[in-house]
Amino acid sequence: RGPRHFNLELLPDAPPGVPKEGTDLLRLYHRFRALDRNKKGYLSRVDLQQIGALAVNPLGERIIDSFFPDGNLRVDFPGFVRVLAHFRPVDDDDSGMRDPKQPEPLNSRMNKLRFVFQLYDLDRDGKISRHEMLQVLRLMVGVQVTEEQLESITDRTVQEADEDGDGAVSFLEFTKSLEKMDIEQKMSIRILK
Amino acid sequence: MSGRGAAGSGRGLLLALLPALCALPRVRGVEEGPGSAHGHSQGFQVVTFEWLHVQDPYIIALWILVASLAKIGFHLSHKVTSVVPESALLIVLGLVLGGIVWAADHIASFTLTPTVFFFYLLPPIVLDAGYFMPNRLFFGNLGTILLYAVVGTVWNAATTGLSLYGVFLSGLMGDLNVGLLDFLLFGSLIAAVDPVAVLAVFEEVHVNEVLFIIVFGESLLNDAVTVVSGCPEGSGAWHGASLCISRPLATTFPASQRGTRPSPASSVLLPSRQPPVSPAVRPPRRLSALPPGSQSRTPLWAQTPCRPFPSPRREQPSALGLSSGGAARVRQGPWSWDTRPPLLPGSQGGRTLGVVLQTWVLNRYRMVQLEIIDQVVMSYGGLRGAVAFALVVLLDEKKVKERDLFVSTTIIVVFFTVIFQGLTIKPLVQWLKVKRSEHREPKLNEKLHGRAFDHILSAIEDISGQIGHNYLRDKWSNFDRKFLSKILMRRSAQKSRDRILNVFHELNLKDAISYVAEGERRGSLAFIRSPSTDNMVNVDFSTPRPSTVEASVSYLLRENVSAVCLDMQSLEQRRRSIRDTEDMVTHHTLQQYLYKPRQEYKHLYSRHELTPNEDEKQDKEIFHRTMRKRLESFKSAKLGVNPNKKAAKLYKRERAQKRRNSSIPNGILPLESPMNNLTIKEKDLELSDPEEAPDYGAEVGGGIEFLASITQDTTATDSPSGIDNPVFSPDEDLSILSRVPPWLSPGETVVPSQRARVQIPCSPGNFRRLAPFRLSSKSVDSFLQADGPEEQPHATLPESTHM
Repeated sequence: RGPRHFNLELLPDAPPGVPKEGTDLLRLYHRFRALDRNKKGYLSRVDLQQIGALAVNPLGERIIDSFFPDGNLRVDFPGFVRVLAHFRPVDDDDSGMRDPKQPEPLNSRMNKLRFVFQLYDLDRDGKISRHEMLQVLRLMVGVQVTEEQLESITDRTVQEADEDGDGAVSFLEFTKSLEKMDIEQKMSIRILK
Repeated sequence: MSGRGAAGSGRGLLLALLPALCALPRVRGVEEGPGSAHGHSQGFQVVTFEWLHVQDPYIIALWILVASLAKIGFHLSHKVTSVVPESALLIVLGLVLGGIVWAADHIASFTLTPTVFFFYLLPPIVLDAGYFMPNRLFFGNLGTILLYAVVGTVWNAATTGLSLYGVFLSGLMGDLNVGLLDFLLFGSLIAAVDPVAVLAVFEEVHVNEVLFIIVFGESLLNDAVTVVSGCPEGSGAWHGASLCISRPLATTFPASQRGTRPSPASSVLLPSRQPPVSPAVRPPRRLSALPPGSQSRTPLWAQTPCRPFPSPRREQPSALGLSSGGAARVRQGPWSWDTRPPLLPGSQGGRTLGVVLQTWVLNRYRMVQLEIIDQVVMSYGGLRGAVAFALVVLLDEKKVKERDLFVSTTIIVVFFTVIFQGLTIKPLVQWLKVKRSEHREPKLNEKLHGRAFDHILSAIEDISGQIGHNYLRDKWSNFDRKFLSKILMRRSAQKSRDRILNVFHELNLKDAISYVAEGERRGSLAFIRSPSTDNMVNVDFSTPRPSTVEASVSYLLRENVSAVCLDMQSLEQRRRSIRDTEDMVTHHTLQQYLYKPRQEYKHLYSRHELTPNEDEKQDKEIFHRTMRKRLESFKSAKLGVNPNKKAAKLYKRERAQKRRNSSIPNGILPLESPMNNLTIKEKDLELSDPEEAPDYGAEVGGGIEFLASITQDTTATDSPSGIDNPVFSPDEDLSILSRVPPWLSPGETVVPSQRARVQIPCSPGNFRRLAPFRLSSKSVDSFLQADGPEEQPHATLPESTHM
């Protein structure tokens, strides 16, 4: 079922902040292999779609898409870890001591927000347009809500966040609207300590 | 009141018999005198009270009636039970009843003997516990639970006993004939947290499910530890311990699996002295093969051998126990004020310390951390209950001199914890929660995005397999699905067991209905009903009507682009007022209609209220949407639309004939058809389903997976040359998986014949016949067979259609 003792590095080129080895990583690796049905060595979209709970998650499809950026059809283990690394808890201790030249770790607050932003911003133009917000809302709301109501909710949401009046929410505006929210806690699970 | 309640009261009634049975001998003895005296009265009496004659059934019936009425009353009066925990009410009831009986006879007629307890009270409790056990939570957190139950209880017992002993040594307790061992014994039986009381309280408090299952599981298992620690000496202790611990596991685990047909009683686990109590379960054989504990050197409890002791879970026996406690309390003579004061802080303090320490250890290993508030609830929610009382009553007078003292103290502790702690835990938790959370009204963005975060987080949890990925559990559920279900469950029950298949069926039905309705509507010329009025029934706004919502600011602005309103003031005011109402409406809408993340709606197992249907509806909607999206993306990625669907349907029917076990959820595939707006009769779909083997794994989208994997495999592996189509030969089964349906082989465009192209979209009946573009000789016959039952004879069989 896989090597019990993993001596070699699982992630040769780990994203910043992610440990290259360890029991957590091993656990993720086993999970990766369990998901990989035909033992291809990579995951395809259908592998992730098999997870039953994702089908009843409103944002499930988008999250699956986030594993396949840039039109890829496959995701290998480093890519898998890379996405999951966004959800590591934030390390408070090394925020001050971090080398500013190094790229920001994936699980920083900014990067977490960026991850979510990319879930909303489908066309990658750096802004959440009203239409995109409407689509997200439509995903997340029950079917009893009518189109008019949805539109008005979308309008209000965009208005609340939009500061420069361009009718779309840029990333900075997005972060600003969520500055009071405890992102670190809401977007963290204990993986890859 | 649901059926469950009725069954519960039925059991309760049965159990309520028992004190009556105990009471009978004495009552009869007392009544003998007056009854006989009556018989000798002079004259001929037209009406006599033959109390003696009817008293047995009368008392029993009365007791049953009272108990069931009380139970019903508790459940109906939610106002009362939301403040006062049910256990407290039961204690009060017991006190009242005990008082009545005592006043009537001047003797306390209720005694809880071991015989009564083990023979009559315990088996239904065990069954009930097993049936309602939340399996997945329990075994997912089993490590934590075991730690708390075993180590924690031992710790609690030790600290309580030692602290009491310390106080005794310091002389505060006065002159008692007690030794350290007695104190330890007392500590061990006082440490037993009662699950019933815990349950009742937690249901009101609405703690999260992890916390709930930890405390609950701990209380289930710690009785075993309690019993064992009462027999500290002897080699029998470990045998007994393994039995004690394994038995609750053995009883709860499989019994809960079999909802439809509980299997007959089989296992015997008790040591030899007493005739066995046989739980109606099917424990794994290895657990029951543990050797029954031999009678060790006489422990302190000489009368009762070290017996496995699953805790009473049902309220009725607890009610009985508590009411017996109440009745006994009435009986007790001298109170002992000396022991009470040091006991309570001692035991509670010990428990708190133990909880904190263990949680600190556990948090290093657990994924889901236990926070301060959880720890507070765990330590404060340690309510003692009937078990402690039952255990203390079973103490032997000769061995433990101060038995009465212990009994009274136990009663006091039980009362205190249940009533006081039960009453105050809910306000305490609410205060803590409120203190921790902020008081701001969240903005719209925050609400929306916060909810999005929850969804994302639960999705990531699912993907990373943190919750639910368990090799053993998967193995067991596979085994269960493949073998056990087939043996034990009826076909229809098996199908309805699968929730997702259920959802799919309903979706299909709904689709068909809406499709027909749509057709009707389109048929009538004026599609008059607007969507907003359609949904007005569902929309539950307190103040503004939907038309107000439409007058949103942006809507206004959009509409009034042409009209020039010079009066900015009025416009501004109008905007503001509209905005306020709109604000409220929007918040309200969002609050109400946003899909809930998983943690919220699955938060607690309530045994008295059936789970609401909301989460199923939500799941259905999202599932529907997801499937539609997946199919559309799948459709767009493949060559041609229709042939795939037909082929898939055909293929599915082929496989349906085989009835093999496979992990392909055949049920998914027909979902495609409504999307294509084919006029498929719903019954066609339904007909195909019963044929299929109910081997539908909980995999969603597997059918698409199959098709997709087929296509992807073509890129990875060599496609078999030619179009020789083993798909349709009946002999192949699993090899089908690796073969390529011809229309999907790469590099070859699928060009159905002219006739097929014309006919496919239009003729619903024909679609099943389509698509064997090249038939091998065997397969024709098999096809005719395959389409047998619901086949309409087709004259135009496109058999010769090939590319």
